[in-house]
Amino acid sequence: MKKTPADAAPSDATAPDALLDVRDLRVRFPGKGWRAPETEVLEGVGLFVRPGETLGLVGESGSGKSTIGRAVLGLVPVRSGSITFHGERIEHADPRRRRALSRDLQVIFQDPYTSLNPSRTIGDTLAEPLIGQGTGAREARGRVAGLLERVHLPSDAAGRLPREFSGGQRQRVAIARALALRPRLVICDEPVSALDLTTQRTVLDLLLEIQRETGVSYLFVSHDLAVVRFMSHRVSVIHRGEIVETGDAATVTSEPRHDYTRTLLLASPVADVAGQRRRRAAAGAGV
Amino acid sequence: MLNFIARRIAAGAVLLVVISFLSYLLLSVPHIDVGRQLLGESASQSAIDAKNASLGLDEPVLRQYANWFAHAVRGDLGTSWFTSEDVGQAVGNRLPVTASLMLGVTAVTTVLAFLLGVWAGVRRGAADRFVQVLGVVGYALPGFLLTLVLVLVFAVRLRWFPAIGYTGFTDSPSGWLSTITLPVLSLSVASVAGVSQQVRGAVIDALRQDYVRTLRARGLPASRIVFKHVLRNASAPALSVLGMQFVGLLGGAVLVEQIFGLPGIGSMTVTYTARGDIPVIMALVMLTVVGVVLINLLVDILIGWLNPKARVA
Amino acid sequence: MSTGRTLRRVLRNPLGGLSAALLLLIVAAVLLAPVIASQDPGASSLSEAFAGPSGDHPLGMDSAGRDILARILYGGRTTLGGALLALAIALALGVPTGLVAGYRGGRFDSAANWTVNLVMALPAMVVLLASRAILGPDVHVLMIVLGVLVAPSFFRLVRGIVANVRGELYVDAAKVSGLSDTRIIARHVLTVVRGPIIIQVALVAGIAIALQAGLEFLGVGSGSTATWGAMLNEAFQNIQRAPRLILWPGLALGLTNCALVLLAGAVRDALEDQTPRPARRRRARPAPEPAESADSAAPRAALLSVRGLTVAYARPDGTDKEVVHGVDLDVRPGEILGLVGESGSGKTQTAFSVLGLLPEGGRVTRGSITVNGRETAGLRERDHRALRGRTLAYVPQEPMSNLDPAFTIGSQLMEPVRHHLGLGRKEAADKARELLHLVEIPDPDRTLRLYPHEISGGMAQRVLIAGAMSCDPELLIADEPTTALDVRVQAEVLDLLRRLRDERGLGVLLVTHNLGVVADVCDRVAVMNAGRIVETGTTEQILGSPRDPYTRTLLAAVLDDAPARAPWQPREARTVTA
Repeated sequence: MKKTPADAAPSDATAPDALLDVRDLRVRFPGKGWRAPETEVLEGVGLFVRPGETLGLVGESGSGKSTIGRAVLGLVPVRSGSITFHGERIEHADPRRRRALSRDLQVIFQDPYTSLNPSRTIGDTLAEPLIGQGTGAREARGRVAGLLERVHLPSDAAGRLPREFSGGQRQRVAIARALALRPRLVICDEPVSALDLTTQRTVLDLLLEIQRETGVSYLFVSHDLAVVRFMSHRVSVIHRGEIVETGDAATVTSEPRHDYTRTLLLASPVADVAGQRRRRAAAGAGV
Repeated sequence: MLNFIARRIAAGAVLLVVISFLSYLLLSVPHIDVGRQLLGESASQSAIDAKNASLGLDEPVLRQYANWFAHAVRGDLGTSWFTSEDVGQAVGNRLPVTASLMLGVTAVTTVLAFLLGVWAGVRRGAADRFVQVLGVVGYALPGFLLTLVLVLVFAVRLRWFPAIGYTGFTDSPSGWLSTITLPVLSLSVASVAGVSQQVRGAVIDALRQDYVRTLRARGLPASRIVFKHVLRNASAPALSVLGMQFVGLLGGAVLVEQIFGLPGIGSMTVTYTARGDIPVIMALVMLTVVGVVLINLLVDILIGWLNPKARVA
Repeated sequence: MSTGRTLRRVLRNPLGGLSAALLLLIVAAVLLAPVIASQDPGASSLSEAFAGPSGDHPLGMDSAGRDILARILYGGRTTLGGALLALAIALALGVPTGLVAGYRGGRFDSAANWTVNLVMALPAMVVLLASRAILGPDVHVLMIVLGVLVAPSFFRLVRGIVANVRGELYVDAAKVSGLSDTRIIARHVLTVVRGPIIIQVALVAGIAIALQAGLEFLGVGSGSTATWGAMLNEAFQNIQRAPRLILWPGLALGLTNCALVLLAGAVRDALEDQTPRPARRRRARPAPEPAESADSAAPRAALLSVRGLTVAYARPDGTDKEVVHGVDLDVRPGEILGLVGESGSGKTQTAFSVLGLLPEGGRVTRGSITVNGRETAGLRERDHRALRGRTLAYVPQEPMSNLDPAFTIGSQLMEPVRHHLGLGRKEAADKARELLHLVEIPDPDRTLRLYPHEISGGMAQRVLIAGAMSCDPELLIADEPTTALDVRVQAEVLDLLRRLRDERGLGVLLVTHNLGVVADVCDRVAVMNAGRIVETGTTEQILGSPRDPYTRTLLAAVLDDAPARAPWQPREARTVTA
C-alpha cells in the first residue's frame, strides 16, 4: 500500500492562500515501559485547509487521524515537520503563544460527556475561553446568552449542569464554547460519533450553518465516510499514519483511486437493501 | 519471568544500599558519647577515647560506613556495642518469634478477609453492613488499645491465655500456640478489617464487569462464576493491599511484642534503638527492608500469575 | 457540587452529624482544659492513689494519685496537637508534589514516585523509634518525622486523581481555550481533589493519633507530660491491680478515632451519592402478569415469540419506572430480525429480558416470552440458566471487556462445553479448536493459548461468537455486535453471522442502531422508539417504504443518499458575511 506519485501529488500540493498548512508531520509516542521502542503514529502527513473550507479526514481506529488534530492544537508533541497557521509556524509554539492562538484555533471533541466538566455550569464552561483571553467575568457572562442562542439552546441553560442535558445538547454547548472567540479554524474530532442518527443530522446542519455565516474553516475528523462526504469540500483518507488519497468529496467517496479507500467504501454498509447487495458483491469481487 | 525477578532483586539491592547509607549517616549525626555511656560517668576521658577508638568511632563517618558495609556484605553484622553479642546471632535468635507472629497474622488475614470480603461483595445487604462496620472498627481502634482490651478480657479476667511470655514451637507446640494466639489475634483484627474491605470492593467491581454477564449468558452457574472468574480477578488488588498491610504489621509487632513480652525483633527494636546501638539498629533496618522488598516481590509475582495483563515482559 | 451542599449533606447523615458533634466536643473540652479541670495534671497526692470517682475527681485518681480528668484533658492537648502538626507536615509535603507530579508527569513524577516508594517501604514505628534515638525525645520532632512518613498517602491520592483529571477531555478543552496551567488547576483540578483530601485528612489524623499514642505507650514520648498513650502505658503497668484505669484514656482515644473514621465515611457518601441508587431491598418478585395485548394478530413464531413485554426498574422510593411498554416480536429459525432504535429506546432491555439477564433492579412486569413454545418470563433463575448457552446465546457489543482477562481464550471456550456437554479436557480442547475454525480464525492452536489482551478487537469478537456457538444454540441475541469495530472488520463479522444463519438455521435477534447493518444482514426489522415497537416488516419494506413517521424520520437522517458537498469556492464565505 505504498502511495504512488500520482496519489501523493494532491496531498503534498499546497495552496498559497491556505489558512492551515501541515507538511511532512511526524508524531511518535513513547513505548510502554523503559527503553521500549517508540511507536510512530504519523509518518509524514501533509494537508492544508483554506479559509471557509472543510477538509474531511477519514480513517479507521488507530490510523492517526485524531493525532493530526491534536498536533495542530499542541496537545501532542511534534517530532518533525511543519504546521503553519495563518502564515506562522506553530508546531513548537511556547505556552504563551499557544494561549494567544486559542483565539483563532478551537476544537470540538468526540465525547460530549467528558468534554464538559460535570461540576461546572454550562455558563461557566462557555465563559472559560473568554476569561482565558482576559475578558472580565461580567462581560463574559453577558456574552454567554448570545452563544447559547447561536447554537439554538434556551438561555436558561447557562445556570444548569451538563448532566441535565442530552448528548446532542451537550455537543451544542461544546460547539458554542469553540465559537466563543470567533476562531478561524475549528478542529472537529469525531463530533457526531457518539450521537444518535437523528441528533447527528441536526448537529451537522448546525455546523454547516455556522460555517456559511462566519466563514470558519473546519478540519473534520471522522471514521464515517458518509458523514465526511456530507460535510467536507475535500476529503483526505488516512491509513496507518499516512495520507493515501486526497481529493474533492464527490470524487474520493464515489470513484476512489486508492485500493484502501475502495475497500473502506465498499465495507461501509448503506441503508438500502438492493444498494447494499450490490456493494457487498463488489466488495467480494474486489478482494 | 526470571528476568523480571532478577531485575526486581537488583532494584531491591540498590534500595538496600541507599537506605543503609542514609540510616548510617543519620544515626551518626547525634554525638551520643558511646564510650561514656558504656564506661559510666566516672571513667577517665582517656579510657573513653580508647573505647571509642576500639569501636572505630574516631574515624570519619564515611569510613565507618564503608567498614560496616564491607563486613555486612560478607554476612558479618558486627557485635552489639552494649551487650557484645554477635548481632547476626542475636537477630537470628529473635527472628522465629516475630516470624511466627507475622505468618500467623498473614494466614488468619488471608483466610478470613477473603471469606468475609466475598461474602459481603456477593450477598450485599446485612453481610455487607457487617463487613463495613468491622472495617470502621478495625480502622478506628488503635491496635495496641485493642490488644490491651484483649489482654484484660482473655488473660486477666478469663485467664485462658498467659498475659506474657513466649514458648518456642520446638519446645512445646501447645505452649507455642497458647502464647502466640492472643498476639496474633490482636494484630489480625485490623488487617482482616482492612483487607476484607478491599476484597469486598474488588469483588463488587469484578461482578460489574461485562464478562460476568457474558459468562452468565453462557449458562454457567453463579457459584462457578464467582469462585473461578470473579475471585481470580478480585485477588490482584486485594493482594497488593495485603502486601502493604505487611509493612504496617512490622510496626504493630513492635507494640504487641512489647505488651506480651515476646522476645522478638519488635521488642529488640525498642530496647536497642533507645541506646543508639548502631550495629544492632542497622541490622534491624536491613532486616525490615529485606522483608518488605521480598514481600512486595512475592505479591507482584502472584499478581502477575493471577492477571496475565499485569505480567512484565 | 458546592461546598455548602456537601457540608449540609454530611451533617444530615446521622453518623456524620454525630461524629462531627463528638469531635467538636472533644476539641472544645481539650482547649478549655484549664477551665474544666480544677486540678493540675501533674499534681499528685500519693495517699489518694487508685481512688475511685468522687466529687472533686469525677473520674477518680491514677496510680500516682493524679486527677484522671485533668490528665485526659491536658493529655489531649499533646495528643491532638501532635497529630495536627504531623497532618500539617504531611499535607504541605504531599499535596503540592502530588499536584505537580500528576499534572506534569515526566521526570519529576518518576523521581517523586521513587522517593515515595522508598518512604513507604519503611515501617513507620521502627523509623520513629530510631528517630527518637537520633533526634531526642521531643514529641514535636517525632511528629514532624511522622508527618514525613504519612505524606506519601496524600501524594499518591492527589497524584492519582490529578493524573486522571489530566486525561479528561475538558482539561484539553480548557487548554485549547487558552487557560494557563494555574488557571486550569484552580478551575478543574482543585475542585476534584478537595473532597478526597478532606476524607484522607480524617483518616490520616486517626493514624497519626494512634501512632503517637503508640509511641507514648512504649514510653518513647515526651517524658513526664500527660498524654493518652502514656496514661494507657501506666494503666497497663497496673492492669492486674486496677484494670479500670484503661477505661478513660482508651475511651478518649477510641472515640476520637471512631469519630474521625465515621466522619470520613460521611463525607465520602456525601460526595459520591449525587445520584440516588435503586433500593437494594430484596423484594418478592411477583410473576409477570399476562400481557394485555396478548391477542396480537400475528401468529406466534416457533423459536422466539415476545408478546406484550413490559420491563420496569425499581426507583429508590419503591415505585417502578417502566422503560419497555408492551413489545411484540418474533424470530423464526434461520432468520435474522433487526431490532432498531436510538439510545434509550428500550431495545437492549428487550434483548436482556429474553436472556433473563436484566441488570440489578430491572424485571419483566408483564407479558410473555416463549422460546421453542416454552414460557420463560418469570422462569426461575435455575431453569433460565439451563436455557442459556444451550438454546439461547449472547454476543455483546464491546469485545474486549467481555472476555475475562485472567484466562486464555482456550480456557474460556472450553468452560461452557465442559459444563453443558460434559466433555473431558481433551474433547473440550478439540471442540474449542473446531469453534475457532468455525469463526474463521487462522491458526486456532496458537489462538487457544493467547490471553484476551493479546488479540485484536475483531478477533475478540469472533472468539465471543465462537463462545456463543459452543453448545450449538438455536437463538443468538446479538447486542450491537459490530458497533465497536471498524467497517472492514464489521463486514467480516456480518458475513459470519449470515453464514451461521444459512448453514445452521440459527435465529438471530440483532440489536442495532445502524441501518446499514440492517440492510446488510437482516431478513426482517422491528423499529423501536421510546419503549414501543412502532413498525415491523421485511427489511425491504421498512427501508424502502416505511409507514410510521418515526421510521421515516430515522431514514431521513441517513446520509448515504445525501449529495457530497460541492468543491470549495474562494468567495463562498465572504459573500455571505459581507
